[in-house]
Amino acid sequence: MELLLSSAIGMLTAAGVYLILRLRSFAVVLGMTMLSYAINLFLFSTGRLVVNAPPVLQKGVEVYTDPLPQALVLTAIVISFGMTAVVVMMALGAFLEGGDDRVDMPRADRLPGDGDA
Amino acid sequence: MNHLIIAPVILPAVIGPLIILWMRNDLLLQRVFSIVGTALLAGVALYLNVLAAGGEVQVYRLGNWAAPFGIVLMLDRLAALMLLLTAVLALAVQLYAMGSGWDRKGRHFHALWQFQLMGVCGAFLTGDAFNLFVFFEILLIASYGLMIHGGGEMRLRAGVQYVAYNLAGSTLFLAALGVLYSVTGTLNMADMALRVAAMPAEDTALLRVGAVLLMLVFAVKAALVPLHFWLPSTYANAPGPVAALFAIMTKVGVYGIIRFFTLVFPQDGVIESVVADLLLPAALFTLAIGQIGILGTRHLGRLAGFAAIGSIGTLMIAVAQFTPQGTSAAVYYMIHSTLAAGALFLIMDMVGARRGDLWLRLDRVMPGNGLVAALYFTAAIAVVGMPPFSGFIGKLLVMQATGAAPAMVWIWATILITSLVAIYALSRAGSILFWKSFQLSPAPATASPPVPAPATAGGPKLEPDEPIQDLGDAPANWLAVASVVLLLSGIVALTAFAGPAMRLAEATAAQLHNPDAYVSAVLEGQEGTK
Repeated sequence: MELLLSSAIGMLTAAGVYLILRLRSFAVVLGMTMLSYAINLFLFSTGRLVVNAPPVLQKGVEVYTDPLPQALVLTAIVISFGMTAVVVMMALGAFLEGGDDRVDMPRADRLPGDGDA
Repeated sequence: MNHLIIAPVILPAVIGPLIILWMRNDLLLQRVFSIVGTALLAGVALYLNVLAAGGEVQVYRLGNWAAPFGIVLMLDRLAALMLLLTAVLALAVQLYAMGSGWDRKGRHFHALWQFQLMGVCGAFLTGDAFNLFVFFEILLIASYGLMIHGGGEMRLRAGVQYVAYNLAGSTLFLAALGVLYSVTGTLNMADMALRVAAMPAEDTALLRVGAVLLMLVFAVKAALVPLHFWLPSTYANAPGPVAALFAIMTKVGVYGIIRFFTLVFPQDGVIESVVADLLLPAALFTLAIGQIGILGTRHLGRLAGFAAIGSIGTLMIAVAQFTPQGTSAAVYYMIHSTLAAGALFLIMDMVGARRGDLWLRLDRVMPGNGLVAALYFTAAIAVVGMPPFSGFIGKLLVMQATGAAPAMVWIWATILITSLVAIYALSRAGSILFWKSFQLSPAPATASPPVPAPATAGGPKLEPDEPIQDLGDAPANWLAVASVVLLLSGIVALTAFAGPAMRLAEATAAQLHNPDAYVSAVLEGQEGTK
């Protein structure tokens, strides 16, 4: 269980880091998603791993799982989902305005080129 | 429990949606509500300063839940001061945005502005680590919208970079919080401080990892070298008033470092000086790279951005001392550098509006050259820290606070040499912008008196197809100038009343370096809570 979870987090993180270092915004967005999945799994494990145990008080139950990380993960999922939507929209806007989806700034950002008045 | 403590969060949170839902298509109404909201925020912040001046840490328990379980807001001198600083900066910059017509160049400017204020104020007030993350996200989401306000290819491209960088930062934040929660089992900052202090020294390996991760997160926000790469291009491509408001966003990062590493991880505590050892060299490099960047850039937005990075460097040097003297110098310099950076961004935007773009090169004499030059001159003196303005006092205080530090020679040498670089860089930029243009074309200065016509063209980097607004709706140039003068007069006031301001900063630092008061205020005396 521990090995499975930690290797999953590790692989997702590695893939995410590799992808956000790419030059195209689509790959970067994918990488962001992978990273946030990895972090969500990680947050889930911060309350220690307990299998088949309820998070809410019940009669006759001795073993509980920590409910707080579940609430945190829920918040984190909502936020990262919204953020992914925002970054997709902005990347789309940049693609439509600029004609390509490169992440790096074009030369005209550093030197006065032909684009400016 | 004083309910006005939560007002800085509630007020913008109510006005923002109101603007979207009710007055989406009425700019005048938006402006009135937004400016009244920000002015009210300033009033509340002023009151909270009076409240915090009593020296007690005020605690607001949301839903009246008992402390380690419910979320708390904490109001101390530093939080109150930051709130006031935010409100004053936002008010002045908002006036500029109206005067220069920036708020007309896209939709929802004022709503996003209010959401931004909500996030910033919440981050300053909260006493819960995860809640801090949530407020960070609120201020970031609003800042993404503000950053690309007005649109255009370059702005959107820079926006994508900014979002990507900050999403990575948010991920790091969650990782840090996860580590800290797994070690301490709490997210309440006061409770965390107690548990960290009680932790045996041989079990602190994960705790140190968490603390350093947290420092990295705040360093991303504060644009500390080597995590500063998002800043220059973002600030250069953001609308001028938005860049000016972002002057407070980097300070949120600085605030986070001060808050966490005085309250939860004090330097004499279990994690020892691991954070200070990392912060100080980073701060020195930040200062050096910021000031050299001013010299190296040919874009006015980047120039102001690098000046902001440099001021963060100076600020962090003081913070990294983690002594009461260092913190009080940091608090004083923080007020100064926020106002100065805001003013510099606005002045650069004024230059851009008059010249058509933001490149630092010879061009025609701009209309209203003398006025803008005078404002630039004042702001530049303040930014580089020359007498007579508060930048000088601030730098002196930072040097005084580091006089006994082991790395004193390095710190003083960096501060003094980079100040010289900055003086040269800013005076070169000023002379190219305001003086040399007379050599190029002496005629237009007299031929075209400062009529408002070129100013109506609006901000920098106008898209060629952008319609010019009708004249009846022309931007109120005087309002833009007045708001810059307001920020600069704040700097003058900070200089004139340096004594009282310094006493306030010292009281703030003394309170910060006595974390027991926070812990007892939050965790004790909880009668009547659920």
